Amino acid sequence: MASMRDIKRRKGSIQSTQQITKAMKLVSTVKLQRAKGNAEKSKSYFTCMYETVTSLLGKTENLEHRYLKPGDSPKKAVVVITSNRGLAGGYNSNIVKLITKGELPKEDLEIYAIGKKGRDALARSGYVIKEDASDIIEEPLYSDATKLCNKLLESFAAGEIGEIYLAYTAFKNTVVHEPTLLKLLPVELPEKEEAQETSKALMNFEPEADEALEMLIPKYITSLIYGALIEAVASENGARMQAMDSATSNADEMIENLSLLYNRARQGSITQELTEIIAGAEAIS
Amino acid sequence: MAEEKSFSLKIITPDRVFFEDQVEMVEFNTTEGEIGVYKNHIPLTVIVKPGVLTITMENGEKFAALHSGFAEILPDKITILADVIEWPEEIDVDRATSAKERAEARLQEKTEDTDVERAEIALRRALTRIEVLK
Repeated sequence: MASMRDIKRRKGSIQSTQQITKAMKLVSTVKLQRAKGNAEKSKSYFTCMYETVTSLLGKTENLEHRYLKPGDSPKKAVVVITSNRGLAGGYNSNIVKLITKGELPKEDLEIYAIGKKGRDALARSGYVIKEDASDIIEEPLYSDATKLCNKLLESFAAGEIGEIYLAYTAFKNTVVHEPTLLKLLPVELPEKEEAQETSKALMNFEPEADEALEMLIPKYITSLIYGALIEAVASENGARMQAMDSATSNADEMIENLSLLYNRARQGSITQELTEIIAGAEAIS
Repeated sequence: MAEEKSFSLKIITPDRVFFEDQVEMVEFNTTEGEIGVYKNHIPLTVIVKPGVLTITMENGEKFAALHSGFAEILPDKITILADVIEWPEEIDVDRATSAKERAEARLQEKTEDTDVERAEIALRRALTRIEVLK
């Protein structure tokens, strides 16, 4: 049996770890609230953007546009959104797994990393990291998304990449976060949506539809990236909150077990001392 | 009477709902020229060009600097999806003026690696901001 001093030391160290995890949980709860608020505020923008783009594409069925078909290059760009800090449970590794275990062939991928954890993990397993924009996950701004989007579209226009994907953690609610791989380019919209749109009032476009597409699709992609960034931040904090919560309760459990052990050891040593004293007294008399 | 003329206007940016209310008329710049919209306009989607957005309401007018985005116009509703839009109160005059001067200087001393397009956009942005403040 471990000595009383060892148990006490161990208990103390777990207690101080627990204090840290508790504090981290509180911090991520607050951050989660804020991130959730942001995500909700920007939601109407994306819904509206999505509706406009679907109605536009639904109306112009036989449109030939460079954004609607894959480029000639076999290369695929993947924007991978993870966090800069760890201790968030499976948050980062789930995204990395989505890439490594996915169907996309490793040789063709070019990673645009947002978040140090994902970047490092993918670099270790031998992926090509084309760009690293890890700073923007700290506080995602719409202008950051625009910059990234322009860079992607430039490479797409130059024929360096044929398809663009986005890997991020979708925020369903506080406890459910889903790693998601989304195809950004060529733009693909579900058939069902298009059918719905045709019944809607006839919409005119000024300028003509193909010119409008030229302007709208970059905005559409930017808004998708921005939306993904915001959701990823919310998911990160949600995941960290959960991880820290279970760490705190695990620590509680361990402390309870150790207290039991400690008390048993203490009682044992008292009993032992008593027996020794009694045995000594008997020996004298 | 006023009720009949008014329609709903919603201006959304990626991080907030900028404006949402009943209005009588909206004017702004599009790629095809300036446009003024009353109630019962035909359905139309337009791309926004930087310019002053004027909202006419029952109790007066409101101005804002609209920089980019697009608008969806329906007979009884207008939705403007703006990347960047600002109320006059939010604009820093000094910054706008210095940005204007900078952009003008850059356009004048053109060298080979001057990003003309970017300078022009910056200039237009600054001019819009200054115009709104007037």
